[in-house]
Amino acid sequence: MIEFDRVTKRYDETEVVSDVSLAVMPHTITVIVGTSGSGKTTLIRMVNRLVEPTSGMIRIDGEDNRLVPEFELRRRIGYAIQGHGLFPHRTVAQNIATVPTLLGWERGRIKAKVEELLTLFQLDPDFFGPRYPHELSGGQQQRVGVARALAAEPNLLLMDEPFGALDPIIRAKAQDDLLAIQKHFGTTIILVTHDMEEAFHLADRIAVMDKGEVVQHGTPAEMLVRPATPFVEELIGATERPFRLLAIETAGDAVEPGTAEGTPIPEALSQREALSELLWSGRSALPVAAANGAIVGKVSLDGLVKRAARPR
Amino acid sequence: MASLPTLLRLAVFLLLLAFLLQPGWFEPLLKPLVQENAPAVYNRGSLFWLTLLHLRTVFVATFAATVIAVSLAVLVTREAGAEFLPLSRSLVNIGQTFPPVAVLALAVPIFGFGEKPTLIALFLYGLLPIFENAVTGLTTLPPAVTEAARGAGMTERQRLMQIELPLAMPVILTGIRLSVVIGLATATIGSTVAAKTLGEVIIAGLQSNNLAFVLQGGLIVAALAVLIHDALQALERALAGRTNA
Repeated sequence: MIEFDRVTKRYDETEVVSDVSLAVMPHTITVIVGTSGSGKTTLIRMVNRLVEPTSGMIRIDGEDNRLVPEFELRRRIGYAIQGHGLFPHRTVAQNIATVPTLLGWERGRIKAKVEELLTLFQLDPDFFGPRYPHELSGGQQQRVGVARALAAEPNLLLMDEPFGALDPIIRAKAQDDLLAIQKHFGTTIILVTHDMEEAFHLADRIAVMDKGEVVQHGTPAEMLVRPATPFVEELIGATERPFRLLAIETAGDAVEPGTAEGTPIPEALSQREALSELLWSGRSALPVAAANGAIVGKVSLDGLVKRAARPR
Repeated sequence: MASLPTLLRLAVFLLLLAFLLQPGWFEPLLKPLVQENAPAVYNRGSLFWLTLLHLRTVFVATFAATVIAVSLAVLVTREAGAEFLPLSRSLVNIGQTFPPVAVLALAVPIFGFGEKPTLIALFLYGLLPIFENAVTGLTTLPPAVTEAARGAGMTERQRLMQIELPLAMPVILTGIRLSVVIGLATATIGSTVAAKTLGEVIIAGLQSNNLAFVLQGGLIVAALAVLIHDALQALERALAGRTNA
């Protein structure tokens, strides 16, 4: 668990982060959103002490993060940034091996880890391992950047707009990869972004920052239903609200008894995608299929419309 | 298939080597430049040996300048040393603005005739390009890369040795290349204070009104400068191609 305890950061007169208290649960993804200059990047950089707080304390699993030397702390925490920051004079394999090498892992263990991660990110170790970063595409570089952050098996991964430089299609893929990898390793992730779509897609919990303060911290659904301030409401986007609400839950959650005509919708699809299917096919209901292909019921236009309305 | 410039360089190198080892072969070519009975090929010592001494002087001076300039650049680009940047800049600037001839004149009374005053002049003259380039190289690293190095938990020393210096190397090499080329030419004046360099050949030619000597000395220095310049540039490109692409 990561606890921010009344953390404040001041540069001369300007307060960038003001009295932030926040608890991040283990094995979850917490997304910090806010406009630029809201202090969100400064906040996560204080976790691995790239920035020192002016006052307050950050505890990682109950322990003050100032108890160990900076470099030791950082080797324990994964860190992935926008524009990947790969070392241009080192191969992909050497880049990924950065922290394990610093920690003095033996050669065989490092090699096995590099291969495991490259395979996990769908990059052929024999082909990509000996390449230099500039020989890779943007999406591949970004994956290597995340792989490097995960190489020493950190319990905590900090990500600062990791997908900011990617085009929309590769970004969506990278987000899905991240969700799969988070499930695989159970890593606690704190991710900073200004992209609300990304926040709702990835987050177990969202913290909204405005002018250095956390104005709301809660699940995506809470945030939609009860935005704490007009700023949060604006950030979410009033016209997007019903669709974001539908995007959080799966079609399986909206199943009604009965049958319908047409191509079945997979249970795991989000309700937003189900709605899209209904609208596009021009039908008022479609059958829903479980992962094994069995029809479990139907989703209807009426049912989804009710679910998209503001809960009372 | 080698390109034309490569072939030209190879030809220059072979010509230079041939001239240094067998200067007699070139006598007919140089003969028209001298008065009758005057020697056409330098005869007061081995050209090959003088060239080696010339190169040694330049190498020693540039090596010392590199060590001092790069150390200074590293020092002033650290957080703790930042306030010394203007001071170091002025110091190495003085080294550059002081004409090497003046340095020789001032150094001779202290160190006597011989190689030492030349080494000092070349060293001082070579500091600035290396220092300025090293500072530039170390302060213009991609921010995402230095940030990632810190975030990965590298100590300050590890960042310097593993990331910053290797990435700044092409730019530092450019500075070294400039110093070497300046040094190769400037070393010739060292012979006015009895340093053993190719300047001897030129000075001997000037004293005895022997155009062939002057030409030999000048051409050897020029060929050395061009070849070493190109070799260092090729090295820079090889390094930069990997890091900056």
